[in-house]
Amino acid sequence: MKGGLLRGRGLQIYTWLVIAWLVLPIAVMILFGFNDTHGRYNTAWQGFTFKWYGKLFEIGDLTQALVNSLLIAVLTMLIAGVLGSLIGLALGRYRFRGSGAMNLVMFAAISCAEIVMGASLLSLFVTLAVPLGFWTILISHVMFSISFVAVTVRARVMTLDSSLEEAARDLGAGPWTTFRLVTLPMIFPGVLAGSMLAFALSIDDFVITNFNSGGTMTFPLWIWGATRVGLPPQVNVMGTLIFAAGVLIAVANALLARRRANA
Amino acid sequence: MTEIQAGPGAAVAAAPVSGDVPAIELDHVVKEYVSHGEVVRAVKGVSLAIAEGEFFSLLGPSGCGKTTSMRMIAGFEDPTQGVVRLHGEDVTSVPPNKRDINMVFQSYALFPHMNVWDNVAFGLKRKKVPDAEIKRRVGEILEVVDLVGREKRRPKEMSGGQQQRVALARALVNRPRALLLDEPLGALDLKLRQAMQIELKRIQREVGITFVYVTHDQSEALTMSDRIAVMNDGLVEQLAEPREIYERPASKFVAGFIGTSNLLSGTVQQITGDTAVLALGASDRILVPADGALAAGASVDLTVRPEKIKIAKDQPEGDLSVVRGTVSEVVYLGTYNSYVVRLGDGAEITVFEQNANDSTITAERGDAVWLSWQPWHSYALR
Repeated sequence: MKGGLLRGRGLQIYTWLVIAWLVLPIAVMILFGFNDTHGRYNTAWQGFTFKWYGKLFEIGDLTQALVNSLLIAVLTMLIAGVLGSLIGLALGRYRFRGSGAMNLVMFAAISCAEIVMGASLLSLFVTLAVPLGFWTILISHVMFSISFVAVTVRARVMTLDSSLEEAARDLGAGPWTTFRLVTLPMIFPGVLAGSMLAFALSIDDFVITNFNSGGTMTFPLWIWGATRVGLPPQVNVMGTLIFAAGVLIAVANALLARRRANA
Repeated sequence: MTEIQAGPGAAVAAAPVSGDVPAIELDHVVKEYVSHGEVVRAVKGVSLAIAEGEFFSLLGPSGCGKTTSMRMIAGFEDPTQGVVRLHGEDVTSVPPNKRDINMVFQSYALFPHMNVWDNVAFGLKRKKVPDAEIKRRVGEILEVVDLVGREKRRPKEMSGGQQQRVALARALVNRPRALLLDEPLGALDLKLRQAMQIELKRIQREVGITFVYVTHDQSEALTMSDRIAVMNDGLVEQLAEPREIYERPASKFVAGFIGTSNLLSGTVQQITGDTAVLALGASDRILVPADGALAAGASVDLTVRPEKIKIAKDQPEGDLSVVRGTVSEVVYLGTYNSYVVRLGDGAEITVFEQNANDSTITAERGDAVWLSWQPWHSYALR
């Protein structure tokens, strides 16, 4: 009994330690967005202020980098979301010539080290004489995030009862109507999850982007460059806002799922 | 409409009336799959004609080809060979959404993201039926299946029996020319299943639509069907009315699959008038109606239903089939007792004895008994 109590207490402490481990860096980031720093370095606490939120877009290069990153992330989410979902649908539903190879390629793309992928993409672009910049970043982001979408959607498709689609066909729906009214609504949670993953992977990618960016600056690239001369608090604020947006989406999703379960 | 007549004269299978076009026709249909590089023949040449308004069952063990046959009628499988006709029209290459038949799936296949109303209205909306008519017809069919007031429910909030009725309504609301049902009662418990059997039969009578029913449950098929096709290993073993199939099974397989059967075999010793006598021992004999095909010396497989056999301690008199044996098992089953009797040659015969009098049983385990039955209850198998 006493041993059980001790184990219970031990588990509690361990749990809080893990949570602290995960949350602490984020907390520090948020906190230093409110730091009234005057020097070049934002590392020592010098008092509380909201002024960085007011001066959020005062560094032009940083703002441009953030806009680039958001634009690339949204486009990646849409393109990889659609293409990856189609791949996932095909892999989950049908056995076709080359489906084994397709699975292998998907897995390889997920497990491949970013540095390898970035370097090989660069040599590809150089060989084909494609000018580096916004479009090469977008192409490479779609390329590495598409398999994550495909794998997520495939998992969802595989749990789908194929007789649902047969029932729709039986009731007079053609292939496209069946997809629109039955298949898509059923796999949509997977499509959504995969697309969000693609967005998240794209917005914070550094290694692959660094190889293929040319002169285009993204948010992570700008931060990397700035660390040598000291990070302005605006970076913390932008990080905080991106994080808050993510939390909001997660909470909304959880609430929606609960309402759907109760409906 | 084919009607079953409950009498000995109804032994002939009611084939579709000549001149009438059958509602559904399979014409020498073969279905082959390629699985792991090997060709599997799921259906090996099935021909059958189902009449308008008939309750027709495809009955057989799993893997016999009954579901594949039904899916070819629905259009989900293309036959490797042969022709599928609906009301005389060749539909072999017509996709399922263009066939005027509907199916009730084994898993019900209700759309989980739609409520009952939207599920049921799905087919009518696809056919661009006017809204007012959709409203009226969905309301009507929900009344038939007793689901009024549950229109806004999601499928997963309903019991298995209710889901079953939604699936039925979703198919019937389209007024298809035929309804296909793939083991629709398989997931229900026994009581509900029996209630739904009666319910299905009632609905079929009310709407007057051809029902094609796939099942592996022989009692379900016997209860509901006008005619049954018993399938085994990709072929139809027998196609007849339930009574015919039970009383006069066409093969060993049918005899064994439908109900409990005792399979016996012997050699014809002599033919007396219209009866062939099979000798088993000094005082044991089996009498079989001789239909001309039997001659002395021929070996015969025959079947006797357990409920046709009388069990007694004393030797019975009269022109009966008579065998002796020892009781090896007695089971009290409420409405009847079941005995397993071991014969001298080791064969076992099951006997059902109605519990008509009281709970006393005729024989105990280990007792020597006489079994007897009328000659016409021996049914020779080809």
